[in-house]
Amino acid sequence: MTDQEQAARHDPIYDRLHATPEFAELRRRYRGFVFPATVAFLAWYLLYVILSTWAGDFMSTKLWGNINVALVFGLLQFVTTFGLAWMYARFSAAKLDPLARQLEAEYRKGDDA
Amino acid sequence: MDTQLLTTFLFLTVVALTIGITFWASRQTKTAADFYSGGRSFSGFQNGLAIGGDYMSAASFLGISGAIAVYGYDGFLYSIGFLVAWLVALLLVAEMLRNAGRYTMADQLAFRMSQRPVRTAASVSTVVVSIFYLLAQMVGAGSLVALLLGVDSQAIKNITIIGVGALMIFYVVVGGMKGTTYVQIVKAVLLMIGSALIVVLVLAEFNFNLSDLLGAAADNSGKGEAFLQPGLQYGASLTSQIDFLSLGLALVLGTAGLPHILIRFYTVPTAQDARKSVLWAIGLIGAFYLMTLVLGFGAAAMLDRDQVDPLEGGNQNLASPLLAEAVGGGEGSTGGAILLALIAAVAFATILAVVAGLTLASSSSVAHDLYKGVIKKDEPVSEHDEVRVARIAAFVIGAVAIALSIPAQRLNIAFLVALAFAVAASANLPAIIYNMFWRRFNTRGATWSIYGGLIAAVGLVFFSPVMSSLPTSLFPDSDWAIFPLNNPGIISIPIGFLLGYLGTISSREPAAEDRFTELEVRALTGAGAEQAVKH
Repeated sequence: MTDQEQAARHDPIYDRLHATPEFAELRRRYRGFVFPATVAFLAWYLLYVILSTWAGDFMSTKLWGNINVALVFGLLQFVTTFGLAWMYARFSAAKLDPLARQLEAEYRKGDDA
Repeated sequence: MDTQLLTTFLFLTVVALTIGITFWASRQTKTAADFYSGGRSFSGFQNGLAIGGDYMSAASFLGISGAIAVYGYDGFLYSIGFLVAWLVALLLVAEMLRNAGRYTMADQLAFRMSQRPVRTAASVSTVVVSIFYLLAQMVGAGSLVALLLGVDSQAIKNITIIGVGALMIFYVVVGGMKGTTYVQIVKAVLLMIGSALIVVLVLAEFNFNLSDLLGAAADNSGKGEAFLQPGLQYGASLTSQIDFLSLGLALVLGTAGLPHILIRFYTVPTAQDARKSVLWAIGLIGAFYLMTLVLGFGAAAMLDRDQVDPLEGGNQNLASPLLAEAVGGGEGSTGGAILLALIAAVAFATILAVVAGLTLASSSSVAHDLYKGVIKKDEPVSEHDEVRVARIAAFVIGAVAIALSIPAQRLNIAFLVALAFAVAASANLPAIIYNMFWRRFNTRGATWSIYGGLIAAVGLVFFSPVMSSLPTSLFPDSDWAIFPLNNPGIISIPIGFLLGYLGTISSREPAAEDRFTELEVRALTGAGAEQAVKH
């Protein structure tokens, strides 16, 4: 597809929605959550991988019975994954979905007009 | 009781059930949207189950428990990487993709870029990733069936691979996305129930004391304490340590670039449902990987050691079915025979569901991206014609996968899957992320990152010890392994991102930037997104 064709498909209503303060707020909230969260869980996961590789003595420390730090650390990755997923579900339902719905309704209205 | 008879009966039951579902689904598949996306009418919960069914592959069920049984703690890394990876899909990909695309991964790139180059690139990488992944599943099927028939016959393995290939072609050609989804839902339920049953029986043997189970696993493994600590598989040298890091990166970044997972987000009516599906999937998959931990250590603790021999590449994958036999009372007992047959049937259902998803993803991309978007770009293509091409593509891809699976049988299947993840993370993820978040990103950036990541990942594997130089290599008698790592991710993923960046800044494409406004609004709000089909 040529540039002209790409441009021809463009619907100006998207420019109007994009310029609204609601959209700016939606994008700010979305990015404000997912960017730090992604950095955090990737760093936490890489810490686990690096400790498993280069801190064998620490990871092999026995906590109780045959349960060692490595196992607990691994299981904590499960806990943080479930926890972050749950936090995002709550956050997006409360802070993102209402704004997204409002903008989508404006799109439908504008499209009919 | 005759295990083989019972097993054969259960296998045939699974096959009959899935064939029935497929015929039923075929009656509801009329339009292209039905074929590619099941009419976008699945609920978040249904799709969450189907994602679980698509993702918890034979490589997980057989491969990870086998890796834990042989290498102890190091096998657990696969589970953790495979699970944490879902956060990338949840936070950055699922909802935006649902809103921006239509049927394939390429759609969201083609939204603001030149159709031909990006569709071609995305289609090539979709097919390559899917074929790597297909090999893993089909190799697993071959060794599983050979075990159950009690003969280590190459002919039986080959016949099984051909049979599984024929079934997956059937599911996709006849049932499309709807049939494939229901097969995956049924499989997810069977797999969770089957695994939970064995896990409870294993834990009961150790009075539900995890520490005792781990102790018994360490003792019986012959490796002692080291079995419960990281490093057994990867700790030997700096090279293998870096290999481990490389594997870890590919696992966590690969999921959100797997084409058969990405197209699942199109099967629900809204982005909110796509989010719900991922949340359900995370719950299911997390629970499942916790169970593989018990299965793997259980196999290490309870099996006769010569049955789980790391040097016998194929046998490692059989840890779970053999464990089922052991907890049922051991070889020759009625309980053992029943549980072995049951778990084997579950594993078989698992393989069928995953291969169907992969075949669908790659044939959709060939029809929708290559045929409609590139070859017939300037002519109208009827939906009927497009779906016909998708069905033909399913045949061809199935045949290629069968032909390649037969020589690939020497490789560990969890490892084959890890390679598919490395390719997905290097070739697909950079383009997807840049496209959603970077206004400047353009056609050249997309094609460079896809081809660059793909060539880097596949090329590095080709020159790695996986292919040559070691007794475990595909070609053990030759040596062209100039790259020391088995896992290419640590090099190929940065290459994918870097080339996406360089391609973009070396070219100007104003239209792609203008269209980003539209993409952003649509991705975040759902304004103008594809609607569910109403019948």
